[in-house]
Amino acid sequence: MLRILQAEFDAIRRHGEETYPQECCGVLLGKLGEDSRARVVAATIRCGNTRTDSPRDRYHIDPGELVRIQRQGRERAQDIVGFYHSHPDHPARWSQTDLAEAHWIGCSYVITSVEQGRAKITNSFLLAGTVEDDKHFEDEEIEILAGTRPVVAESSHRAPASLAGEK
Amino acid sequence: MKVLIPTPLRQYAEKKDSVEIAAGNVGDALRKLTTEHPDLRRHLFTDDGKLRAFVNVYLNDEDIRYLQKENTPLRESDTISIVPSIAGGACADRGMRWRRE
Repeated sequence: MLRILQAEFDAIRRHGEETYPQECCGVLLGKLGEDSRARVVAATIRCGNTRTDSPRDRYHIDPGELVRIQRQGRERAQDIVGFYHSHPDHPARWSQTDLAEAHWIGCSYVITSVEQGRAKITNSFLLAGTVEDDKHFEDEEIEILAGTRPVVAESSHRAPASLAGEK
Repeated sequence: MKVLIPTPLRQYAEKKDSVEIAAGNVGDALRKLTTEHPDLRRHLFTDDGKLRAFVNVYLNDEDIRYLQKENTPLRESDTISIVPSIAGGACADRGMRWRRE
């Protein structure tokens, strides 16, 4: 499960609308839940898409940017727990490219479909497995948290399907 | 010097987010890291001992590919970051869109 504040969830979707018709991308900073099954997002960090050759259907985050974000997270006692990107005029499902190029096992990959410039559906997928050979995406629930601070133990407001997106 | 372990690899390093290592260069540091935590090896290196293509290694803010790669010398105050790449996109499935919907 991915737990995320409403404001951060909205920011992901807004980012996809702003970069349309190109893919947006970014990092989710936060903490693993106590049982490691939930990722709790404290902040979303926008990144640039370095795939200037085909930004409409590819994304890549400069690893130097990831190093800086990882450092920023350490200063706040937060970890990288996932990533997000958009699929302009394409469903909010992972593609074979998304799977082939996903290497952060145990992290969430959030995808928002953006149709004609409007964010439609946002889904999250956990990259499960143990090694490259058996990695796979699993659908995961997005829980939208009300309030200003994410919590791990207590679940709060659950987003309606129209906000969290339907699988 | 310090090696920062990314979230997905911590389970292979006793859940540590960083490991202190004394080493003369980057390759030496990675070898010592994987000797100390052998389960990390297959996640960082191919079977023939080469750093996996999607594993980025940074010395402070510099990609070691643009320094002296694994021969890049280290100082005690340095920090090595191991950062698997982040990429993807809808492209491979473009042709399947209408069939799926």
